[in-house]
Amino acid sequence: MSPSLAVDLAGLRLANPLVLASGIWGCAAETLVRAARAGAGAVTSKSCSVAPRTGHPNPTVLPWAGGLINAVGLANPGAAEERLILQEAHKSLIPLGVSLIASIFGSTPDDYAEAAELVAGAQPEILEVNISCPNVASEFGLPFALEPDAAAAVTRAVRAAYAGRVFIKLSPNAVNIVEVAAAAAEAGADGFTAVNTLGPGMLIDITARRPILSNRVGGVSGAALRPIALRCIHDVTRAIGLPVIGTGGVDSGEAAIQMIMAGASAVGVGSALLGEGDAVFSRLQREMLTIMQHEGIASLEEIRGCAHAG
Amino acid sequence: MLDNIYQVMRVTERIPEGKCGATLVLDGELPCQAGQFVMVWLPGVEERPFTLVNDTPVTLTVAAIGPLTRALAGLEVGARVWLRGPYGHGFPPPGRRLLVLGGGSGIASLALLARRALAEGAEVRTYIGARTTDLLMLPWYPHWSTLTLTTDDGSQGIHGNVLQAAAEQFAWADGIYACGPEPMLAALARSRRSDWPPCWINLERVMRCGIGVCGSCHCGSHLVCADGPVFNLEQVTAELLAPPH
Ligand SMILES: Cc1cc2nc3c(=O)[nH]c(=O)nc-3n(C[C@H](O)[C@H](O)[C@H](O)COP(=O)(O)OP(=O)(O)OC[C@H]3O[C@@H](n4cnc5c(N)ncnc54)[C@H](O)[C@@H]3O)c2cc1C
Ligand SMILES: Cc1cc2nc3c(=O)[nH]c(=O)nc-3n(C[C@H](O)[C@H](O)[C@H](O)COP(=O)(O)O)c2cc1C
Ligand code: FES
Repeated sequence: MSPSLAVDLAGLRLANPLVLASGIWGCAAETLVRAARAGAGAVTSKSCSVAPRTGHPNPTVLPWAGGLINAVGLANPGAAEERLILQEAHKSLIPLGVSLIASIFGSTPDDYAEAAELVAGAQPEILEVNISCPNVASEFGLPFALEPDAAAAVTRAVRAAYAGRVFIKLSPNAVNIVEVAAAAAEAGADGFTAVNTLGPGMLIDITARRPILSNRVGGVSGAALRPIALRCIHDVTRAIGLPVIGTGGVDSGEAAIQMIMAGASAVGVGSALLGEGDAVFSRLQREMLTIMQHEGIASLEEIRGCAHAG
Repeated sequence: MLDNIYQVMRVTERIPEGKCGATLVLDGELPCQAGQFVMVWLPGVEERPFTLVNDTPVTLTVAAIGPLTRALAGLEVGARVWLRGPYGHGFPPPGRRLLVLGGGSGIASLALLARRALAEGAEVRTYIGARTTDLLMLPWYPHWSTLTLTTDDGSQGIHGNVLQAAAEQFAWADGIYACGPEPMLAALARSRRSDWPPCWINLERVMRCGIGVCGSCHCGSHLVCADGPVFNLEQVTAELLAPPH
């Protein structure tokens, strides 16, 4: 029998574990649907806030030797407009059997709750609560994901405002990510996406003699993040029995399998779309199947969290 | 491993274009397909996409409409410019009879295609249009045997728009190449007839990454930076004709 890539994510069945990560492609219904057609098991929209935002000036996204650095600055059309985008996407995603994850963010717990209410009309399968963006600190202060009480306060507010599945997006920068996750779980989270970008980091152009990003600093993603993401997912899933979308530097079937072994139920893919576009989803599926055949793995459930042992 | 994100080049020549622009010849090379673009950064100002009007040496033509383009158009010989790329997909190899249609500053995106085709002995008929002669930008070109200018107000060249002026040429060409304001491209899509040769257009969108990651340049499900900026007209007809959001 050929191995199966199907997974269960908080009671949702995904045909395969690959999830388009927030902020990659997901500004429009058409691009979300395109990623779904190309083989994503679920797709995440760009994070939206109650009020529209233009984001930071360019340069905002740069490729470097270890992956990407970005300070897009959470540009988005506002949650009311985003709901229309999500509704349009959902119409096409349902017949494809691909789940929609709607990402929101805010500046206070109440602000998050309001954004949650605004996008609720689109009935996403999961609401992802981004409390971990590292590149808007000059405006919003430190992310809620760095501190258990702050993470719990946002989770509680969203939980009260929204009846569906709530996933909290964790930061690799937390001093103790398990404590943050435990506080959010206690406050009513149904699962986690781990992790957001690392940092912030900085790139300097030696001829310009200054940081390249207009925001000076930005979140680090891609290969450089992978070992850190694996550790975060391992620690969170070992301590807390909630599902995790393991995200950070996944660019191969091997990396996706590592995420599952670390304890992830699904696997986010973002920076790996660089250069390859949505073809990354079918390649990763093929590579995962080859590994499963080779290693005699029939289902991903069989290996989920196997790295916790020992 | 070096990051090598930008190549730094210096301006060796600055040619004013119309009232509101300039062509900058730089001291570097970036081999490219005609229609590909670079992200151009001036530290402390902005970073934006620009078509390579030539690749050897790198040449940019800018219409000064905002902070970055005004700063670029005002650069003196010797000033430095930071570039990453080339990015995107350019035009497929052209045939022998090219009809080139440029609206506003869009013609910059077609200059390299036209010049290379001419050098290979193809015939190129070019129509460039603008709203008034003030806005007309003539990028850095070789000598044109068949260059027709049009202005909407008749202040220079033929009075009317590019599509009207070029109407007779559609049957002659074996490829049509257009770049310009979206209403012009939409008009082209609307008037497209089945007996026309293949039509290629160059789209512009606001870009952030330029490398197919952020999604901000999307046109329907297409990413202009990675799938384009050159598209076959048929690929994007639905998007061009869709009512604006
Ligand atoms: C693939 C590509 C190739 C291009 N090639 C050239 C070129 O060769 N020469 C040239 O002069 N320009 C070109 N452009 C357009 C150029 O990027 C914009 O003129 C530039 O972004 C303006 O920057 P600014 O800071 O001067 O003005 P801004 O303040 O950024 O813009 C001024 C106005 O133009 C609008 N605008 C900005 N960028 C775009 C865009 N990409 N598409 C449509 N409207 C925009 C803004 O909304 C604003 O209203 C190209 C664009 C793309 C996508
Ligand atoms: C350009 C870019 C924009 C992003 N925007 C968001 C966002 O709006 N919300 C969010 O929760 N994460 C955002 N992220 C983080 C990704 O969703 C993901 O967590 C991170 O990039 C790690 O995964 P990767 O290494 O596969 O890219 C963004 C990442 C990038 C590269
Ligand atoms: S500019 Fe980022 S995807 Fe095109």
